[in-house]
Formats: sequence, C-alpha cells, structure tokens
Amino acid sequence: MGIYWSVGTVLLLLAITAPVALLFGYGGASAARSQIAPFRWFGKTYMAVVRGVPDIAFFLFFVIALDQGIEYLRQKVLCPDWTEPVRQGNDFVVCQQAKMPLGNAAQWVHETYGFGLAVLTFSIVFGAFAANVMFGAMRAVPRGQLETAEAYGMTRRQVTRRVLVPQMWVYALPGLSNLWMVLIKATPLLFLLGVEDIVYWARELGSTKTPNFTDYPHSDWRMWYFGALLVFYLALTKVSEVVLSRVMARLTRGQATAGGEAQRKAAG
Amino acid sequence: MSCIQTIADYGLRSLGIGERLLPRSDFTLCQQFTLIGSGMIWNIYFGIFALAAGFVLATALALGKASRHTVLRKVSEWFIFIFRGSPLFIQFFFAYFLFLSLKSVAPVFGMFTSAWAGALVVLFFNTAAYSAEIFYGALLSIPKGDTEAADAYGLSGWSRFRRVIWPTMLRLAWPAYTNEAIFLFHATTLVYFSGFPALQQRGDALYYANYFADKTFNPFVPYPILAGYFIILTLIVITSFGLINARLNRHLPQEKRKRLRIRPQIIR
Repeated sequence: MGIYWSVGTVLLLLAITAPVALLFGYGGASAARSQIAPFRWFGKTYMAVVRGVPDIAFFLFFVIALDQGIEYLRQKVLCPDWTEPVRQGNDFVVCQQAKMPLGNAAQWVHETYGFGLAVLTFSIVFGAFAANVMFGAMRAVPRGQLETAEAYGMTRRQVTRRVLVPQMWVYALPGLSNLWMVLIKATPLLFLLGVEDIVYWARELGSTKTPNFTDYPHSDWRMWYFGALLVFYLALTKVSEVVLSRVMARLTRGQATAGGEAQRKAAG
Repeated sequence: MSCIQTIADYGLRSLGIGERLLPRSDFTLCQQFTLIGSGMIWNIYFGIFALAAGFVLATALALGKASRHTVLRKVSEWFIFIFRGSPLFIQFFFAYFLFLSLKSVAPVFGMFTSAWAGALVVLFFNTAAYSAEIFYGALLSIPKGDTEAADAYGLSGWSRFRRVIWPTMLRLAWPAYTNEAIFLFHATTLVYFSGFPALQQRGDALYYANYFADKTFNPFVPYPILAGYFIILTLIVITSFGLINARLNRHLPQEKRKRLRIRPQIIR
C-alpha cells in the first residue's frame, strides 16, 4: 500500500510547495525592490545565497539544520536549567520535553513533521528562484505604465496593486512555468529528506545487492513499475504544458507585448 | 601509513586496481581525498563520453525537429519530450530494470546492466535531448541574412549546412550548451544512487563520499571534499568551453561576442 500512497505524497508536495514558494518568491521580490534598505538587503541576500549554493547540499543539510534549530530553541524555552552541552561529539542532545515531535507522539505525527520540513525546504529553495523571476518581471513592466499611474495621482502602494502586479505575470510566467517543470522533476529528491516517496520505494525494491532476477521464472515486474512512474511524470509534464500555455494565452490578452499584439490582430 | 602509500593503494580503487578492502576505521583526511578523487574518474568518464556522443545525436535531433518531414519531426519531438519531461533519476531506474529484463531475452544486453555502459546510454540520451532543444532554439534564431548570404553564394545542401548553418547554430547555442555540460557532469553523481550497482565497491565520487559519511557519521568532511572536486571540474569545463566559444566567435568584433553566462544549479 505504501507505494500507492507515495504517489499521493508527491502530488501533495507539489500542491503545497508551489503556492508557498510563490508566496516566498513574491515576498522576496517585493523585499528586494523595497525602499527600506534592510528589507532590500534581506531580499537580495535571500536570492543570492539560495541560488548560489547547490540545491542538493541544501536538501541534505537544511533539513538537519532546521530540525536541530527548532529543538534548540524549544530547549531554551522549555528546559532553561539544562546544563549539558547540546553537541556531544556526533550527537545532538536536548531534553525530553524539547524533542520535536515529542518522543511519545504517534507515528503519523513524525511522518507529517518530516513532510512539513520537506515542504519548507523545497519552498525556500524554489521561493528564491521564484523571487528572482518575479524581480525580473517587476522590472520588465514598461516604465511608462507605472509613470502613467503615478501621473494619475496613485500612491506607490496603489501603483503596485493596480498596475504592477496585474501586468507582471505575463513576464513572470515563462520563468515560473520553467520553474514548475523543474519542481516536478525535483520531487524524486524527496527521498533525500527521509520522506517515503516514490523513489524511496524504488530504492527499497531495487536495493537487492546481487540482482539475480533474470534467474527467476517469472518476469521482473519492477521494470513495469518504473515504466509506470516514467509515464506518470511525462503525463504530469504534458498536462502542465497544456495548462500553462492556456494560462499564458489568457494573461497575454490585452497586454502591450508582441504576444498581445498578435492576439489582437488574430481577433480583429 | 604515509599519504603517498594511501594514494598508491587507493588512487585507482574505483577501477578495481589496488587495495581490495576499503578503509574501515581510523579514516584519515588523505584517505578521503584519495578515494573520493578516485571516484571522480567515473564522473569524468561518464561526462566526457556522454557529452561527445550526445553532441552528435543532439545535432541530428535538432535538425530533425526543424525539418519539414513529418515523421522525422515527430520522432525527434517525442524523443526530446520523453527525456526532458521525466526525472533523470527515474530514467536510470527504468533503464536498469529494462536492461535486466532484456538480458534474459538476449545476452547482448548483459553489458548494459553494469553502470559503465547502461548508465552511459541513459546519460547520452538525456544530454542529447536537452542539447537538442538548445540547438533547435539556436537553429530558429539564425539571422535570416546569414542563410540568404549562403544562398547568394550558391551554397546548398551539405556545404551550406557545414559552412553557414552549423557554425552559426553552435555560436548561438554555446553559452546555453556550456551550462548543459556543467549540469551533465553534476548529474553523473546520480548513477550509483539509482539502480545501477557498484560492483566490488567501484563507485563514483558521491558513492565514496556517501560511504565515508555513513561510516564516520560526519557529513561535514566528505561532502565538502566532493564539492571541492566538483568546483574544480566545473572550472575546467567552463575554461575549455570558453576556449571553444572564443574560437567560434573569432570573426566577430570583441564587444559583439556573446559572453558565457554560467548559471549552475538546475535539477533534472
């Protein structure tokens, strides 16, 4: 049964990560073009650091760092009179109450917590990429549009909400759809984070040290399992392509771009 | 044991030459450097051969995708879609079990169940598909004037392709193709993490780094060593591709040349 649930895990990860990463991206991009210097520094640093470090390193280290960081903070609050050092050689020791999740929690709590950490890691990494795309998109909106809005007496906030944000998507979408495709293909890395996803099962099944399956009378069904996975990912990609091209067509409508102009001519 | 001795024992361990047993305790830095470096032989082997073969196939696929012949176009499009639309990880697993099954049909395929041939085939097809998409994009953006000039000189068929289309395509595609080469070298680390077994512990750099991380419970030494090796490899790739780029652009004035923009860090 675990195998079938793992497909759901992947879809759930995609469904949660995409909007959260978009939110992170929007936050990062807005921060990077903020007028307040510390916000701007924060936004730029976020984009630069996460994009500069290889993502596999992020996936391997960030989860441990996050996990230990949370436990350390809980330890500070929950057991203030704990005197032993937290790091003892290779072990990370905190008091019982500070364990996250608690040692006596049910199995599903542990699994959900691990999944939550995975979602957070994915969101932070992909949020940085999304922030970069959206930062570029915000700058790509023709200056004249914003100046016109200012000339109408709109405040900076109004300009952002009424002119900048509705128009930036058409510039952001090619980058974001690219990112979405990468995100789909990054989901097999979920197993690195200790979540029982498709590849976890794949490795479980495929980890026979000396594969002698060809000696067996029955055919090796694992090939069909991976074939099905391949088709699953291809179908996901194809559906995304179709949907994204529709969204692109919708967003281009009435825009002052070459695409919008082509649509206008075709309609007229 | 001196470091020279360690290098003599383990320098070619990944090829099965030298000491048979891997170190089991008292790991020295020298051992880690030597073994992980020895594993790099495989990464370089996979990278170079897949790139070289993939380059030829990619050119053919790009021309096929741009051709007027429906059958050729459809075949190329599907090949590119299948290998670009699914995670490389799943492709490795699928290929491994596919070859295992085929082995029972024809013993010729026995060769492909080992990593040196099987994984190479997957990497070859994969990089061919990604590069073909890059070359196709470049093919479409060849300036109209160039082909018109070729026609005016009376060039046609093979000489037109060889003297005008192909060099221009390469020149336009080269910055993106450099990135693709870097991704490919990074992707070679996935080989022994997927289905392909490391016979007699002859693995690639990540295999040994993972071995040390598992034995010492300390990921903070072997992975940075691995990262260091890969940074050096990436720099070599960038330098050599930069030289080719300079040669492709040698007829252009300095400031019109396309700069190589290195954008690492995309998962496949």
